[in-house]
Amino acid sequence: MISEKGLLRLSILFAILCWLSLVLADLFLLFAEINDANAGITKEIPQLLLSLYIIFVYFFFKIRIQKAESINFIDLLWHVFSTGLIVSLVQLAVSLFFYLLSDSKLMQNPLMVNFFYHLNLGAVIIFLVSTFIVWKRLILYQKNKRLLVIWQIFEYSILASLLYGFFQTSSQQWLFNGLLGIFLLYGLVLSFNLKWIAYLNFKQKWRSILLLALVILYLYYFINNLFGFSTEFNLVMDLLDNVFILTIAGFIFIYALISILVILFNLPTSSVFEQKISEVLNFQRLSQSIQKGDNENQVYEVLLESSNNAVFSTSAWLEIYEEDETHQVLKSNINDLKITQVRKSIQDSGLYAYLNKHKLNNFQKELNLNKLTTNLNDPDYGSALVMPLIIQDRQIGLLVVLKDVSDGFNKEMISIISSFVNQACISIENFELLTEALRNERYKEELKIASRVQKSLLPHSLISDKEFEMHAFYESADEVGGDYYDFFKTADHKTAVIIGDVSGKGTSASFNMSQMKGVFHSLVQFDLDSKTFFTRANHALSHCLEKTSFITAAYYTIDSNEKSISFSRAGHCPGLFYNKTENRTEYFHNKGMGLGIVRNDSFEKYIDTSKIYYNAGDILFLYTDGIIEAKNEKGEEFGYDRLSSYLAQNNEKSPKEIQNGLIKYLYDFIGTENLEDDYTALIIRFL
Amino acid sequence: MINITTNIEGEDHIIMVEGDVDASSSIHLDEALTELANDDSVKYILVDGSQLNYISSAGLGVFMSYIDDFKNKSIKMVIYGLSEKVSNVFQILGLDQLMTIVSDKKEAKEKLHEVQS
Repeated sequence: MISEKGLLRLSILFAILCWLSLVLADLFLLFAEINDANAGITKEIPQLLLSLYIIFVYFFFKIRIQKAESINFIDLLWHVFSTGLIVSLVQLAVSLFFYLLSDSKLMQNPLMVNFFYHLNLGAVIIFLVSTFIVWKRLILYQKNKRLLVIWQIFEYSILASLLYGFFQTSSQQWLFNGLLGIFLLYGLVLSFNLKWIAYLNFKQKWRSILLLALVILYLYYFINNLFGFSTEFNLVMDLLDNVFILTIAGFIFIYALISILVILFNLPTSSVFEQKISEVLNFQRLSQSIQKGDNENQVYEVLLESSNNAVFSTSAWLEIYEEDETHQVLKSNINDLKITQVRKSIQDSGLYAYLNKHKLNNFQKELNLNKLTTNLNDPDYGSALVMPLIIQDRQIGLLVVLKDVSDGFNKEMISIISSFVNQACISIENFELLTEALRNERYKEELKIASRVQKSLLPHSLISDKEFEMHAFYESADEVGGDYYDFFKTADHKTAVIIGDVSGKGTSASFNMSQMKGVFHSLVQFDLDSKTFFTRANHALSHCLEKTSFITAAYYTIDSNEKSISFSRAGHCPGLFYNKTENRTEYFHNKGMGLGIVRNDSFEKYIDTSKIYYNAGDILFLYTDGIIEAKNEKGEEFGYDRLSSYLAQNNEKSPKEIQNGLIKYLYDFIGTENLEDDYTALIIRFL
Repeated sequence: MINITTNIEGEDHIIMVEGDVDASSSIHLDEALTELANDDSVKYILVDGSQLNYISSAGLGVFMSYIDDFKNKSIKMVIYGLSEKVSNVFQILGLDQLMTIVSDKKEAKEKLHEVQS
């Protein structure tokens, strides 16, 4: 495909070639006629060349003017004007030439005259066709399908009329006039599509009138010029015989004239239209200001400015109530002293009282907008409009608009200010919501970090020992939880295991859990017996925990030489033990006390130590109360019995399989994926 | 959900705790106990747990935090009527060793006044 630029160049080239051929053909015909010779070409040849020239010029401008992306009407009219200027310069040059040589013999030469006429002809066609295309764009501005069809019929009919030249005879004068009449009538109807005029502002309207008037002037001059030639000289080719040219010229004139008249009549109302446009634009600014990342103050500024402009107010101010009870005041053409005076004046009118009444009601009731304006007893201002800025049921500010005349605010003005204020409030609210959402997002990120840190507090790798295999599972209801388990090899044959649960849930619980980890790792080094371990841990934690917080824990020491487990329970749920030989499960119900409950030396007496001996195939199952207290839909707890019988039934499996099976069993039991509490399980199977 | 009502029978203040005491509702239990702890005329407190369905660690924390307070102010407190499940929770934590927990109201009243005589 040829590019648009290529098409433009090609059409120029062909247009020039056609014009040159036309000149040559016409002159040749004339020469033959003068010398009474047979030219060897018929009259149809120049007619064809002229039509081709018109078509190429038409094609050129069609591409050029249509492709202009932005519709700027003044630019379009300016284009017409400048084309006309160039064409008239050509014509002036020709006239000047004729004037200078009017006495010489040369001017008597028909060949010379016809050559200059062809120059004029080419130039005028360029002007007419380009203007026609511009008019087309203006008429089709905001087109609908119907208009488009009507226009296309017009355009193609005119182009088809180029063919008329080939059948031209003098007897068909009535046909010529008839065609011309129909086309002009059709053009007149189309000329009432003037939507573009509404979008011109006052200044642009004046400029359009000027440019259109110049177009009419050009047209008059060009046609006059052609007439001059037509009457004065004997022409081979008279443009005035061409339906196409006359139709276009007539149409251009009609449209220009109607446009001028309509613009003239539109002048007085253009300020209203401009006002409406600016209101719409201000609305847009108010609603867009937040998206652009502006802050609230910019919204307030836009609001003040737009309100001021919308009602032509003398002065205005905007009070913004900050959360810390301070007021910020944006002023427009008013000073602090005057504001104080006007406030008093508004106070006297009872308007503030009306607003306060609504404020006490949290703005549940609709404000009566007409009651928001009042006349003032003030030397500078005659009336005021007071509009509160309300987000949900909270007043965030107050807009006061002042005019120097009394009763200065009509219903439209009040409603437009009210709309501005509403729009601004929506923007501010969106802004607040967005900020809050961002803050929440940040908190969530922080919590994720906390969750990662907490997970890292739990042991990553479990001890593998030739004496036992071990598996652990931890899942918290919130991002961070309060369950804890850990272990430490105190000697080759000795392993200390702890499991714990911090009272409460969430962040505070997880802080206490990390304290517990500190305590465990400090004390486990000393290889203490479980009772001493808890006594010291209680001592340490008594200084760390809040009054209502406590930690439950169970501490087990596995001795693989003795094949024994000795343990104490600090208020933690009793450990579950499966005895393979007897195929029996039991819970370790020895005496115990939660850490941090008794914060003195008497703690020791509440703790028992027990010791059992294990055999291969026995299982020690440690857990937190989340598992026992998990509830199903009926409010029934998972309970101790389900847990122990599950363990007994699955004793042959590896700890990992036991854990996976139990979790599935548990989730099936509660019937949802939402955890109420943290779940922890630590399973040790002796080999 | 939790519902706490306080009644006075002679010199005994009876707190009736109904429903679930979890992290959020334990605040109400705390409020009720604070009120009694700050009232100098209160010497005997009975906690009726017969309608107590569930108590979380936070709820236990509330009871625990008043043990020393009551001891210092020589206020006596007895809990009675706990279901087996709830009672078990008190036992596991070891609170039964620090607080007087009995099965019914009659026994509770006897316990409350026995030491004095």
